[in-house]
Amino acid sequence: MVTLTSDSRPIIGRGPPLGAGFFFLGVLAVTVMFLDHRGGYLETARLWMSAAAHPLYIAVQAPSDAWSLLIDSFSDRERLRKENARLSEQLRQARVKLLQFESLHEENRRLRGMREASAGIAARTLIAEIINVDVDPFRHRVRINKGADDGVFKGQPILDAFGIVGQVVRVEKYTSVIILITDAAHAIPVQVNRNGIRSIAVGAGELGRLSLPFMTVESDVKVGDLLVSSGLDGVFPTGYPVAAVTKVERDPAETFALVEAKPLAQLDRDREVLLLWVDKPAAAPAAGPVQSSIEP
Amino acid sequence: MSDGRISRWRVTVTVIVALIFTVIPLPAALQAARPDLLLLLVIYWALSAPRIAGLTFAWICGLAIDLLTGVLLGQHALAFLCVAFLTHKSQLRMRLFPIWHQTLTVFALLVLYQFVVFWIDGVIGDPVTTWRRWIPIFTGALLWPVVVTVLDKAHENAGRRRRSAQK
Repeated sequence: MVTLTSDSRPIIGRGPPLGAGFFFLGVLAVTVMFLDHRGGYLETARLWMSAAAHPLYIAVQAPSDAWSLLIDSFSDRERLRKENARLSEQLRQARVKLLQFESLHEENRRLRGMREASAGIAARTLIAEIINVDVDPFRHRVRINKGADDGVFKGQPILDAFGIVGQVVRVEKYTSVIILITDAAHAIPVQVNRNGIRSIAVGAGELGRLSLPFMTVESDVKVGDLLVSSGLDGVFPTGYPVAAVTKVERDPAETFALVEAKPLAQLDRDREVLLLWVDKPAAAPAAGPVQSSIEP
Repeated sequence: MSDGRISRWRVTVTVIVALIFTVIPLPAALQAARPDLLLLLVIYWALSAPRIAGLTFAWICGLAIDLLTGVLLGQHALAFLCVAFLTHKSQLRMRLFPIWHQTLTVFALLVLYQFVVFWIDGVIGDPVTTWRRWIPIFTGALLWPVVVTVLDKAHENAGRRRRSAQK
């Protein structure tokens, strides 16, 4: 039983009646919700209040940080040497692939210039670490250690080494919350890399599965097809890998086929992700100089 | 601050511990079952230190949860407020309930809390409909006797220490 202390309410001087306080705070809560949901009027307030909460994240992070530091400093030579060899091998392979990249990139730009189309090109990236705190067990959201101070903005695309991870939903001062593409409330416009059929990949609410509810029965999609972002939403840049098709079921009686895909990004294993700043397609001025430069 | 009263300082420490518990990483299997420790504390302090832990205190605790979990601001604040209001209303009765009876009452309050959160989620069009979202009600009710025992013990010990210091 809860102890009775001498702190029970005095009979005289109770302060404002309970009902009035309840009413006032209730109205305040509803107002705050309304402002936050409708206009995003509270972004600045959230920014500063969350800065106050930052020490808490550090406190929660500290044990796991200390542990990984310990592991790192005691990891043996042999393991490091192996890792080094593996990484150099990977780097060599990547270099070879990169050899052609420059010329292809330039060629692509010229061609786009001729078509007077200019797709967004990634200008800048920044590595962010996923903070080891739980956000919400029922939603696919994670917190990263970069926030408004690093120039993160709402709707910013997030990648990892294998594909698109998600986008930023809430920006705070030193951290921000990202929504993964597998969240049930997230959808990303994609196209089949093989033939350019466009569709929308909706999160299925479980890691490792996306569903494509708007693929018609006769559309040409096969298991194993690569889905890349189509960039039609203006959030994600064009042409980044999103998922691979894992299941196609066609029932002639239905309008849409049952198509499922597996995200390529390692959503469950990622520790580090990449924030992407995309140059917004500036149509005419950007295309002009490119066109003139290819004439001679 | 002293003379047998519960100090603000003690309330603050327990709140900070509960906030850390709210975001500390748990194994994936247990994540859905994480009890709302902060809400239990709000109920406990509303019963045992009603002048420190009033409605405003509950409201601010709820807002802290909103901030930490990155959801709509004010959502948990409203849910905390409802629970604190009912607790304050029935405070004098609830303190005299035997522990099992108290646990049942807390269970009812937790149901109300989860329902308010669920309802607001639905209103803004982002509901979580899996049945697992109701698990924290049961784990929270199970945790209630533990919270009461631990905090009562801490209070007794503090009182004894103070008395022996005065002698």
